[in-house]
Amino acid sequence: MREFLENSMFFGVFLTLLAYCIGLFVQKKLKHMLFNPLLIAIILTIVALLVLDIDYDTYYDGAKYLSYLLTPATVCLAIPLYEQFELLKKNYKAVLCGIASGILTCLVSVFLLALLFRLDHATYVTLLPKSITTAIGMGISEELGGYVSITIAAIILSGILGNIFAASFCKLFKITEPIAVGVAIGTSSHAIGTTKALEIGAVEGAMSSLSIVVAGLLTVIGAPIFANFIA
Amino acid sequence: MKYIKQFSIITFISLIGEALNHLIPLPVPASIYGVVILFCCLEFKIIPLAAVKETWLFLVSIMQILFIPATVGLIDTWDVFAPNWLAYTVIIILSTFMVMLISGKVTQGIIRLGQKKEAKKNA
Repeated sequence: MREFLENSMFFGVFLTLLAYCIGLFVQKKLKHMLFNPLLIAIILTIVALLVLDIDYDTYYDGAKYLSYLLTPATVCLAIPLYEQFELLKKNYKAVLCGIASGILTCLVSVFLLALLFRLDHATYVTLLPKSITTAIGMGISEELGGYVSITIAAIILSGILGNIFAASFCKLFKITEPIAVGVAIGTSSHAIGTTKALEIGAVEGAMSSLSIVVAGLLTVIGAPIFANFIA
Repeated sequence: MKYIKQFSIITFISLIGEALNHLIPLPVPASIYGVVILFCCLEFKIIPLAAVKETWLFLVSIMQILFIPATVGLIDTWDVFAPNWLAYTVIIILSTFMVMLISGKVTQGIIRLGQKKEAKKNA
């Protein structure tokens, strides 16, 4: 059985889809934000691999076909942006200042907390690109001498936090302008948060999509400067 | 046929993005170049929205699932993560919410400021 699963071409994709379907079902029944389909799917998939004693590489060999679609899907984020371009032009100052202040907050907060925890240079630079999209973050971490696999983990965890909590967090802190909600989600939790922003509304989704691009580029500039602050 | 055409356009743009990523020595991934290219194509009417619409809707509807395989890879990084887990966890959580708060509040503040000015002008 195990040998069969290890050689199967469809096991990885099927397990992922099944886990997500269960996640959707649970959320429909329990309607609580913590029962986030993405989070449930990730936990179920990990548990299934551990229980069946299948290693990650074997799973990924099949499931990589899902990751393959990430680039075309991300490219499509240009569409909500195009649809809301008039609104963006009208509010470009607010949007750009919002994203820039968010990235500065990210770099400063990671720096201060790294001092507090007495992290060494490598661990510190690993976390600097944590709020931007994986592909850019990986590149920055590698260039600055961080642990790339942990950077990926930190980026994904930030994204999932945004995906689960962003809607209620914005409500709690009275961030109600759709444009501001979108910027908050995209700047703090990139594409994984953006999938949530698109569910909330078209304006939120578009601003979140834009924030991924701008935040990524600003971090390319900002992270190498901040990297020098802890030797 | 519709889907084949639409998918061809989107994969072609991804391909150009890949080429730019290969040629330009910056840590900018293919997908980000792709966003810029597709946006320009739509904005300058090189491609009508209808030429990619259904495929876009499909890809957006499945996008969350696409992140699962990479995230499950967390099980392989656990050994590196474990020694500093507390620092990592605190930093990730605090910094994510601080970014959310500041970027959201700054954006909203500037929008509201603009609205007030406009209201004064009209008054």
